[in-house]
Amino acid sequence: MRRTIPLVITFLIGLYPIFAFFVPHGSISGANDWLDSALVIVAAFALPLGTVNVVMTNTTKLKRKSRGWQYSIVLLAGLTVMAFYGLVGGTGVHPSFQWMFVNMVSPLQATMFALLSFYVASAAYRAFRARNVEATILLIAAIIVMMGRIPFGDMMTRGMMTPLSEWIMSIPNAAAQRGIIIGAALGAASMSIRIILGIETTYLGTGKD
Amino acid sequence: MVSIGVWINAFLTLCILSFLYKDNPFFRFAESLFAGMSLGYYIGLANQQTLMPNLFMPLFRDFSGSVVLLIPMALGILLYFRYIPRIAWMARLALAVYIGYYIGVMFLQKLHGEVLPQSRDTILQLRGIAGIDVLWNAVFIAGVISVLLYFYFSAEHKGVLGKVSRVGIWFLMISFGASFGYTIMARISLLMGRFSFLVNDWIRPLMGAS
Repeated sequence: MRRTIPLVITFLIGLYPIFAFFVPHGSISGANDWLDSALVIVAAFALPLGTVNVVMTNTTKLKRKSRGWQYSIVLLAGLTVMAFYGLVGGTGVHPSFQWMFVNMVSPLQATMFALLSFYVASAAYRAFRARNVEATILLIAAIIVMMGRIPFGDMMTRGMMTPLSEWIMSIPNAAAQRGIIIGAALGAASMSIRIILGIETTYLGTGKD
Repeated sequence: MVSIGVWINAFLTLCILSFLYKDNPFFRFAESLFAGMSLGYYIGLANQQTLMPNLFMPLFRDFSGSVVLLIPMALGILLYFRYIPRIAWMARLALAVYIGYYIGVMFLQKLHGEVLPQSRDTILQLRGIAGIDVLWNAVFIAGVISVLLYFYFSAEHKGVLGKVSRVGIWFLMISFGASFGYTIMARISLLMGRFSFLVNDWIRPLMGAS
């Protein structure tokens, strides 16, 4: 019963937007619009759910004085201060929240991603060695696209790199991306049907009750 | 005069870049701070952009007129019942509503918003256009079909299907290479931005240069 009721709810609510799409009557689409805006609120409630897990994991680490427990203090302090100013700001942005975002979160994020360029480059060296046709194609495409993004590439090839790079992006790359998008969308649609019909139930957890 | 914000910004940037030498306490400090503050930032964002304008403000302003908002609020609170073992199963009710609705929406979006328009846009003109465009359109159509056939696993990839799916792999390799090149250049651009900040906003003012 504790699993059947949620499955029935998923079935009925899951069919509703599909029904509303094919029956565009005012009252039906009105209820659908309300569901849409109401569930954004539920999603916002779900975010602190992940936060609870992070807080529990790090407080346990602190209590047990596990290896690197000092960094849990830093994490929890950062979380508390940022969340505090995010919550006291109401619908506006608190100046301290904005200041911390500009001077701390944003540079940390940018540097973290920038750092990855070094590691991606070394990983590429291992992955891109032209061992077979496929790896060679990947290597050539990557080099052309990279060279096409910088003036040096055009300088070296008398302006050939930019058009070649644009051709790769708009013809073979776009064609492959379209194939991936269509395939993934069909897969997602079939997964939706499985969930609506109650065949796929992993989202309810593994508990038997 | 370099502001405290620029000092903190520069310090955190150098902490992260110190990982290039090796893993060290400065990097771990900045990493943990980043993880905590990012989560706090999204909590603040969820509060400012969703909960306050869509739930709390309407309830404070006109409770009786917005009483219907108590339903999503109750569903949101139900999610936390998972921490009370005796009634943990009730969290599934909120999850069922949430998953059910978005799965229904996703079903429509994927078929109506992706499969149909993408398939329609692949039906390209092969006559009545310039010669080179005919060739590129043919390459495009061949690319989409061969990639789709590569992902078709209901038959063994041999014979004609094997050959076509091999062409699909080549298209995929070009796409992965292009995505990789694009990502690398984006990351290098970020790195240049960080170095530009360190030199122009931190070191030069510190040395008295304008």
